[in-house]
Amino acid sequence: MTRLLGWVRGLAPTLVALVMALLITGVFILIIGEDPLAALGALFDFGDSPTAQANSIGVWINRATPLFLAGLAVSICFRMGLFNIGVEGQYRMATVVAAGVGAAIVLPAPLHILVIVVVAMAAGAAYAAIPAVLKTTRGVSEVISTIMLNSIAVGLAAWLVRSPFADPDLGSGETAATREIDESGQFPGLNDLFGALGLEEPRRPVHGFVVVAIVVGVIIAVVLSRSRFGFELRASGLNAMAAAANGISSRAMVIKAMLLSGALAGLVGLPDLLGSAHRFQSDSFVAGYGFTGIAVALLGRNRPGGIALAALLFAFLDRAGPRLQSEGIPPAAVTIMQGIVVLSVLIVDEVARRRLRRREERRARAEDPTTRSEEVAS
Amino acid sequence: MTENSAPVIELAGITKRFPGVVANSDVHLEVRHGEVHAVVGENGAGKSTLMKILYGMYQPDEGSISVDGRAVEFGNPKDAIAAGIGMVHQHFMLADNFTVLENIVLGAEPTTGLRLDFRAARRKITEISDRYGLGLRPDRLVEELSVADRQRIEIAKVLYRGARVLILDEPTAVLVPQEVDALFANLAELRSAGLSVIFISHKLDEVRQVADRITVIRRGSTVATVEPRATTSRELAELMVGSELPTPETTESTVTDVVELAVAGLGISADDGPSLLSDITFDVRQGEIVGFAGVEGNGQSELVEAIMGLRKPDTGTVVLGADDMTLWPAQDRRAAGIGFIPEDRHRQALLLDAPLWENRLLGWHVKPPAGGRYWISPRLARQEAAAIMADYDVRAPGPETLADALSGGNQQKFVIGREMSTKLRVLVAAHPTRGVDVGAQAAIWDRLREARAAGLATVLVSADLEELLGLSDTLYVLFRGRIVAKLDPSEVTPKVLGGYMTGAVTQDGEVGAQDGEVEG
Repeated sequence: MTRLLGWVRGLAPTLVALVMALLITGVFILIIGEDPLAALGALFDFGDSPTAQANSIGVWINRATPLFLAGLAVSICFRMGLFNIGVEGQYRMATVVAAGVGAAIVLPAPLHILVIVVVAMAAGAAYAAIPAVLKTTRGVSEVISTIMLNSIAVGLAAWLVRSPFADPDLGSGETAATREIDESGQFPGLNDLFGALGLEEPRRPVHGFVVVAIVVGVIIAVVLSRSRFGFELRASGLNAMAAAANGISSRAMVIKAMLLSGALAGLVGLPDLLGSAHRFQSDSFVAGYGFTGIAVALLGRNRPGGIALAALLFAFLDRAGPRLQSEGIPPAAVTIMQGIVVLSVLIVDEVARRRLRRREERRARAEDPTTRSEEVAS
Repeated sequence: MTENSAPVIELAGITKRFPGVVANSDVHLEVRHGEVHAVVGENGAGKSTLMKILYGMYQPDEGSISVDGRAVEFGNPKDAIAAGIGMVHQHFMLADNFTVLENIVLGAEPTTGLRLDFRAARRKITEISDRYGLGLRPDRLVEELSVADRQRIEIAKVLYRGARVLILDEPTAVLVPQEVDALFANLAELRSAGLSVIFISHKLDEVRQVADRITVIRRGSTVATVEPRATTSRELAELMVGSELPTPETTESTVTDVVELAVAGLGISADDGPSLLSDITFDVRQGEIVGFAGVEGNGQSELVEAIMGLRKPDTGTVVLGADDMTLWPAQDRRAAGIGFIPEDRHRQALLLDAPLWENRLLGWHVKPPAGGRYWISPRLARQEAAAIMADYDVRAPGPETLADALSGGNQQKFVIGREMSTKLRVLVAAHPTRGVDVGAQAAIWDRLREARAAGLATVLVSADLEELLGLSDTLYVLFRGRIVAKLDPSEVTPKVLGGYMTGAVTQDGEVGAQDGEVEG
């Protein structure tokens, strides 16, 4: 009961922040001369026909899955105060390598997919290992190195897709792409599930990889809260010096955190790759999840549950973009709203955290009347 | 030379209490025009608190401050600056990517209308620099300058704001010997220009060299003000340490013959050369507390870090029981049963933003039952945290309370409970009762004695002589990274201890041979 109460109390500031964000966006829409209520309607409009609604839900899921994975990847590093801005590059590299390797082999269905997943995670981790090694051996800021590696990843991926992994059957005029992954390596969609639930089946594939994402999220949640690694990560993030004084090597933690973060980043591109694209093509590759993932991780307070909700919220807003446009509201409004949501959540959260802390201090002081908040200077 | 000048600053009967601790009591300090006035005392004696009162950062509970004979009250440092008092902090507060000029005027920018008048500022700075021989070049970037240069900028900054009294907080701690000489030359210039300098230090040789008068603080009170020429180093040391040493409690010796921790030939050099520790050799047997006395900064921290595996020694070995653990990582040492009470609990012992049960795990998270090789058990950690709170009288609402919400004393009790509630072989305790009130202090001492009786080998580093003498079975004195004396705590005299701690005598010298020395 108390735990439930605590949970509600923890969520309350976020809800306040969301309402605030909605109001601020409303003001913004008023300023550009449109009707905020119409915009609000459009935001929650999933379409008229059952098929349109099913499509809408499908788009929502397809968008939320990679955002969730990207947020998760970023949050691992955030937990110990590392800024892995390189999820973007890591998942691009992982996706192109996974596409190349996946197309080159043929295995029984579950094994094929498993191999591709493992390859993607390994590639992501390998690419994240570069900034980790640079940081631990040479003290290079991971912020700088990951940002630069993002640019390198774009070029590297373009070369991989053109040269070693290129589909030889492509005509000269066609965009470079990897060969298509064999059917055994394609992840089944959730479209049938819509039917089973009595909904219309969406016309476009709904990526079944969301199931994998949920499982990964649960595993990460358990690892973070119950494992030695999770504790060491948290301790390093809260007070690196105390962690080191108590035997937690910060170098080892930087490497471990970056590798895990990179491995998770490797999964970001897979829902698309295994669910619908089945090949890597520079033009149709969806970029940007890595950057949005940073906002998602911030919004989710680095907790897997929170990140899931944040990813759903971001995807929900993204999904409404086209519909807002049909109301005459520029699609940039969605991006602005996402920004306002993150900012207001962070601000309200910080205020709430301070209030909580003051209450804690008062309670502790009540327990011990000799408590003083000021240290005696020596 | 300054005998007859009137006091520029007079502190009378200053008392400052923090709940549970009296940091300053009945302090008297009188600083004259044109003198360098040293304030000496052990770490924790209350020097910094006193200076913070004078600089307006704290308000005294009792007593009065007067400047030029007029009573004043400082609500904040701004008031103190306005009254002509300036502080040069031990840790410089300069913006690296600004020039010397910009740093000096920062916060006190000269303006003509809305524009910054850098020309006037430059003129004034050059004038200050020339008059006091500071040798400043206004357009250099601070990041290109040496520590000594930066210190001169800090001094210029204070002078620029019109200070007539400069407080220098341990200014030589960061300097090499030649730079110290240059600093003293600067101070002489200031003195001859009629300015006053309050020089805080615990290095007696330097103080004797530079000060016109010396005020000694011990346990929060001013003990005496003396002339350096009429006082020997040994007398000063005795004033600092106290003429009466606390009599150690006569407890039954529990020292056994089994050596649990053996340190041999340990040496550590700083990256840039000077050796921080050299040839440290000692044994700690089961049931023995080995104390290390010494003025802070003489190798204590390095010794502790070397034993805990936080710092790689250049030479020597550290052996636990029969295992040479010189190359073990810190984690393995903890797991082998070495408890650690670090000197700085906020930075090294606690996760302030984490609940107490997570703090219970810190350092012991690989040790079952609450910790483990792969998994931890938050449930068991909560139970253990609650048990520590009960056993060690940690007053807090519960295991979910953030460590930050606790008072310093309660935090320390929790840390000690955490370390001692595991089966330990060796305990390394650095200043275990620093910042803790008297009641908690006695409780912590009892715990250490109990553990000693149960066969624990303890290394105790402390600046509190009562603690060292009251607990230790064997007492070593560290000076400039070397063990300069091995003493029997029950026989040592303050003169001897103070002499060794300040380097006034060595064990080969005249005093050590007669009294205080024991064979181990």
